[in-house]
Amino acid sequence: MIDVNEIKIGDIFSEEIVNNLTRTQIVQYAGVSGDYNPIHTDEIFATEVAGYPSVFAHGMLTMGMTGKMITNLVGDGNLKNFGVRFTNQVWPGDTLTTKAEVKSIETISDKTQITFEVITENQNNIPVITGSAKASI
Amino acid sequence: MSKKSMPIEKGHIMMFARAIGDENPIYSDEKYASEKTGGIIAPPTFTQSSAQFDPDYFLRPKIGKPWFGSGKKPTGIEKSKNKTESSTSTNILHAEQHFEYHLPLKPGDTLTPQVSEGEKWEKESKRAGLLKFSESITKYFNQDDELVITARSVGVVTEKVVEN
Repeated sequence: MIDVNEIKIGDIFSEEIVNNLTRTQIVQYAGVSGDYNPIHTDEIFATEVAGYPSVFAHGMLTMGMTGKMITNLVGDGNLKNFGVRFTNQVWPGDTLTTKAEVKSIETISDKTQITFEVITENQNNIPVITGSAKASI
Repeated sequence: MSKKSMPIEKGHIMMFARAIGDENPIYSDEKYASEKTGGIIAPPTFTQSSAQFDPDYFLRPKIGKPWFGSGKKPTGIEKSKNKTESSTSTNILHAEQHFEYHLPLKPGDTLTPQVSEGEKWEKESKRAGLLKFSESITKYFNQDDELVITARSVGVVTEKVVEN
């Protein structure tokens, strides 16, 4: 977790959020979230019917994993806003890293409000998620 | 619009944290969590699993009904009979998702979503043809009618299959 007394605008934090994403993890996410779209878990359907090169992850799995990096950074229960755009698909075998850059720091009464620019990239440095988060610590 | 309440359960939170690869004990260890936040809390994107509690959710197989995923054949739905269904299921992509957190979400809470439609717009894309965007806003209220989370989702229907 970050130290609010040390943090400054422009600081960049990063964390690998998944290494070699497995089809099984995508199945886990389908099972828990209730989104059973076969495009995410059914290789035969995804390739032969939908025309994709393979199954691909739910955008919300990538957002969930990105959220893990953010909550590791800002601490539990401190997140106020979290929003993303899904810019590219995430495929089995991908390794993803989330970077969060401090954009603003504001002190409101006894709390420090910090906004971050958030980007999750795959192993080829292609952004799969871009967005922002705000925390009150 | 929709009124399907979602019970927030400890076991569901634990499984959700596992699925996103988050080992933080705040999502599973009552003793640890009670010292940190007064008890277990839900991860930031947890309300996405409210689909489990929507009886009509279209991306869950229904007992006795054909399912568009593979069985004996690559799809359980005949294309000639059901062209629109097959195209709407494979060409809808999630474009954006935003959350605002008003109160912590805890096991024992019951959330009732209030869904309203937002804006709709179109954009031409080289990669995917004509893109049709639509926005939906869900306000999740707890058992005391307090607003806990506001979620804004943008979906896009693409003309062509998108690969990167």
